[in-house]
Amino acid sequence: MATVMRDFNLLEEPLKEKPDLPKSPKEAVNPLEPKFRVSNLNVFYGATQALHNVSLEIPPNRITALIGPSGCGKTSFLRVLNRMHETVSTSRVEGQVLLGEQNILTMDVTQLRRRVGMVFQKSNPFPKSIFENVAYGLRVNGWHRKGTLHDAVEASLRRAALWEEVKDHLHKSAYALSGGQQQRLCIARALAIEPEVLLLDEPCSALDPIATAKIEELLFRLKEICTIVIVTHNMQQAARVSEFTGFFLLGKLIEFNKTAVIFKTPARKETEDYITGRFG
Amino acid sequence: MSYRLVWRKAVNVVMLSLTGLCALTSLSVLFFILGYLIWKGGSHLSWSFLTHLPAPVGEEGGGMANAIVGSGKLLLIAALTGIPVGFLGGVYLAEFGGKTFSFLVRYTADLLNGVPSIVMGIFAYTIVVMPMGHFSALAGGLALGVMLIPIVVRSTEEFLRAVPITLREGALALGATKWRAVATVIVPAAFQGIATGMLLSLARVAGETAPLLFTSFSNQFWSSGFNQPTASLPVMIYTYAISPYDDWHRQAWAAGLLLLALVLMANVGARLLLSRRVATPR
Ligand SMILES: Nc1ncnc2c1ncn2[C@@H]1O[C@H](COP(=O)(O)OP(=O)(O)OP(=O)(O)O)[C@@H](O)[C@H]1O
Ligand SMILES: [Mg+2]
Repeated sequence: MATVMRDFNLLEEPLKEKPDLPKSPKEAVNPLEPKFRVSNLNVFYGATQALHNVSLEIPPNRITALIGPSGCGKTSFLRVLNRMHETVSTSRVEGQVLLGEQNILTMDVTQLRRRVGMVFQKSNPFPKSIFENVAYGLRVNGWHRKGTLHDAVEASLRRAALWEEVKDHLHKSAYALSGGQQQRLCIARALAIEPEVLLLDEPCSALDPIATAKIEELLFRLKEICTIVIVTHNMQQAARVSEFTGFFLLGKLIEFNKTAVIFKTPARKETEDYITGRFG
Repeated sequence: MSYRLVWRKAVNVVMLSLTGLCALTSLSVLFFILGYLIWKGGSHLSWSFLTHLPAPVGEEGGGMANAIVGSGKLLLIAALTGIPVGFLGGVYLAEFGGKTFSFLVRYTADLLNGVPSIVMGIFAYTIVVMPMGHFSALAGGLALGVMLIPIVVRSTEEFLRAVPITLREGALALGATKWRAVATVIVPAAFQGIATGMLLSLARVAGETAPLLFTSFSNQFWSSGFNQPTASLPVMIYTYAISPYDDWHRQAWAAGLLLLALVLMANVGARLLLSRRVATPR
């Protein structure tokens, strides 16, 4: 299948600096250099193949949406990007995935996951306090400076737009939060270790429109500090939040382009059919 | 009403009553035993029974303080040896095990669980009592400890498996190693269940008599340390119950009541612990 990658060197505006979001030096890469380069990716579960020859490049500091009907392999693709597919013992991956210049399939997996964070469909806070949830990633990655731990937790909660709501009960159980708050807590937890990439697998599917709007607004601001890849079933959401969209069908990447192009003038009939709701 | 219908209704009523009756029986056995123990031994269960040594043969009175402490010692050794092995084994099965080896371990644990306790006693006698040349609390404790292992392995494994996979993934996705995720997220999430399993397993072996008969044996006096023959409640009950003295019989009932009360308390405590579990994530 022809890979349908487009050049994204024509980004409209240069990245704006936001003073309230500190930029770590590792983000200061050439904005035109793709964050991920995936080529000829095949994913298998036992004998069944879930992804066929997927190739695409994910632009840095942008929001990329992955859409497609249920079972088309969006989650499988996303989980390869931080090698969460390895938790499925039958899974097998062929092809190449580069994060910057590094092959993720051969690098140390904990290092990879430290750089590529993930937020899951169902919020999954740990049965610990709000503070300990956010501090967890810092602790497991060897953050021992006590005094600054609190600051780091606060910064992450602020970035996830949750600080004002929880600052007075940081030591209460995370389970006392609402569904939307729990999901933002999971985002804060992922942000605490300052990942370069944030992967989100249908992060809003269990949330009401208001909580969803909050998270979308949050993603908008987060792309200043990291690259975002989001799987969504919600076409409006993809159109609202993303700059790039990939359309998957039956394990194949049918089309990848600027979101506006995908939604207004898709190159492929399948994409158009899906977008206009003719199937899926 | 046709004959058939009457017949079907009759069968229905009979079967319903039969199952209900059996349910009632299983329920009432405990209360019957408890009531009988209270009737026979309740009057003997006094402060001096709890705090005095057994009286010499032929004398009335005396208590079982040494057996109470002895049972405590035996359970302590059992807990210190059996629980860590069972716990870590259960963690391995739930979190790290492959297919074949895990299957073997699980199967062996179930078989070990079915080994008659008297065989455990012979085993401990052969590997501890014979080399040491005498009965000891250590030998009895080890026999009980071996009995704890399969129970704790299986309950630990079960409670760990009940932890949602999303929690594991959450920890791994933050760059935690497998072991780190297990130690800091998964085990704490299952901790109340695991602790309950441990408590119940201790309650289960607290009443074992057969493996103690030829490991810790018994003692009419205080035994110091863990290296001497040591009295325990189950063995005391056994010895006193088969003795020819009426006073000893009454004391055996009292000891039985005490043992059952302790076991029931451990059970109720374990249930309370479990019911106080933190809410699960939405
Ligand atoms: N753990 C697994 N074991 C076996 N097969 C799997 C597993 N996970 C996914 N698959 C298969 O891989 C294919 C792609 O699944 P995937 O979860 O990636 O789809 P998806 O696009 O995320 O779907 P949805 O929108 O429903 O989440 C499906 O056919 C699915 O049956
Ligand atoms: Mg999915």
